[in-house]
Amino acid sequence: MTTTTIPAEPLAQAPAPAARGHVTQARVLYSEWIKLRTLRSTFFTLLTAVVAMIGLGTLFSEFTASHWQSMAPGERARFDPALTSLRGYFLAQLAIGVLGVLMISGEYATGMIRSTLSAVPKRLPVLWAKAALFTAVVWVLMTASAVVVFLIGQALLASHHGMSLSDPGALRMVLGAGLYVTVVGLLGVAIGALIRNTAGGIAALFGLLLIIPVLGEALPSSWGNHVNQWLPSNAGQSLLALHHEAHTLQPWTGFAVFCLYAVVALAGAAYLLKRRDA
Amino acid sequence: MIEAHGLTKRYGERAAVTDLTFTVRPGVVTGFLGPNGAGKSTTMRMILGLDAPTSGTATVNGKRYAEHRAPLHEVGAMLEARAIHTGRTAYNHLLALAATTGIPRRRVDEVVDIVGLRDVSRKRVGGFSLGMGQRLGIASALLGDPATLVLDEPVNGLDPEGILWIRTLLKDLAAEGRTVLLSSHLMSEMALTAEHLIVIGRGRLIADTSVDTFVSGAAGTSVRVRTDEAEGLRRLLAGPDVSVASVESTVLEVTGLTSDRIGRIAADAGIALAELTPQQASLEEAFMELTRDAVEYQTPVREKEGQAA
Repeated sequence: MTTTTIPAEPLAQAPAPAARGHVTQARVLYSEWIKLRTLRSTFFTLLTAVVAMIGLGTLFSEFTASHWQSMAPGERARFDPALTSLRGYFLAQLAIGVLGVLMISGEYATGMIRSTLSAVPKRLPVLWAKAALFTAVVWVLMTASAVVVFLIGQALLASHHGMSLSDPGALRMVLGAGLYVTVVGLLGVAIGALIRNTAGGIAALFGLLLIIPVLGEALPSSWGNHVNQWLPSNAGQSLLALHHEAHTLQPWTGFAVFCLYAVVALAGAAYLLKRRDA
Repeated sequence: MIEAHGLTKRYGERAAVTDLTFTVRPGVVTGFLGPNGAGKSTTMRMILGLDAPTSGTATVNGKRYAEHRAPLHEVGAMLEARAIHTGRTAYNHLLALAATTGIPRRRVDEVVDIVGLRDVSRKRVGGFSLGMGQRLGIASALLGDPATLVLDEPVNGLDPEGILWIRTLLKDLAAEGRTVLLSSHLMSEMALTAEHLIVIGRGRLIADTSVDTFVSGAAGTSVRVRTDEAEGLRRLLAGPDVSVASVESTVLEVTGLTSDRIGRIAADAGIALAELTPQQASLEEAFMELTRDAVEYQTPVREKEGQAA
């Protein structure tokens, strides 16, 4: 009798593995890029931010230009043509902040995070990739939008103290609008990773950026004058002040403080991402 | 090869998994069986490094999962069918996962074909049926052509054709020498798919054995005897390790004697038998028997009529 292999008998050895690619930060970055560009909601939210930035700035500039004659002298004196054209950043930050939170909370909501972290079990490369990618995309879009709307706005305001990019402070404000919104996005990513829930993350982000400064206004000025300038959004928005005012931080100091908030939040997110069960 | 040593997971006071030690070997399909809430998913999540064990270790091919530099090539996992962003297409979901370890686009096309999702791969996952979601989950598990597969309830939501498909697929993968671990609370499914069983209840190991041993070793392997002289036969069969139950006036359910022996006793006594059938406990019954005390959410016990211990 010849020995035959019974078909059901398994070969007790693993198959030779195919070419094995290691997980690298660059590959995770590419993976996150695929994720970013394959969600329609991402595209529309980014579009919303661009439209808000350019559309509102244009609108404010046009409105101011057409009402210049009826403005009070004091109002004319306080008029800041650069900020008028960049006002859209205030609305754009909502879209970008929400999208930043969703970068991570969206994965928790759908369960995608478990696929993501199974593929990248060291976890941190995912956070770095998301943060870096989102920051880069938002910075490019928002800076470009800020430049465009500044030029449009100043053209509309040309006959009423319109500015050029070479005027003192103008370039800093234009870049500042893009940078401020970018860091809002980064803060959103960090808070999304910390809170892991979309509604909670959005509430926390805008509570921090929009509500706390309003509450700060209610403090007696002996306190408020010291505290308020250090609040995240107040600090960050010092970049967008044409002239330095009392009880505000110097533009780049303020922005550095704002960045510090984002970095601390991101560090907290990294610590918890590594520690918590997915 | 998956190895768990003293694996324990506590959530505050509640222990989800307690001191689990087992080995899942390559070459066979291993079923991971337990009632709902027994700790199957928690154990699988610990194997994949998603949850950190409170104590103990789980290793895959000798290393903790997170220490593997090419995890998708080591272990293919399907933890929940919907671990997928609903707004993305199936194809892009796979493409993003593949990119993390440099798996080429060609392989994505391949796995899409293997699981039969070619026609819908460009559609968004939000509109997928449960069965399509399961197939996509299996596709992601197969992406890296891994030597080990960990699948949580893979047949949930599949139609009969899909169940047959996955059963064949898993057996083929095991026959290629891969390690295949699949969890289920469906005992009948395990009987058809798995060769080896790891049974847990309330987070503790109840059995680690082959399916055959599990079924034959479970209490309740009995012989059904039909005769007009049931009472006479009952007295003749009585013995220390034998229990006889009357199902009907003419039918006996005998445990502790083989059908050969019962036939011989009846013949010697001149009792005519109308039926003599060895009854193997189904995997389902064996499982119920074993896990009766280990069910998290128990319905009030209804004793089977006429069944003696």
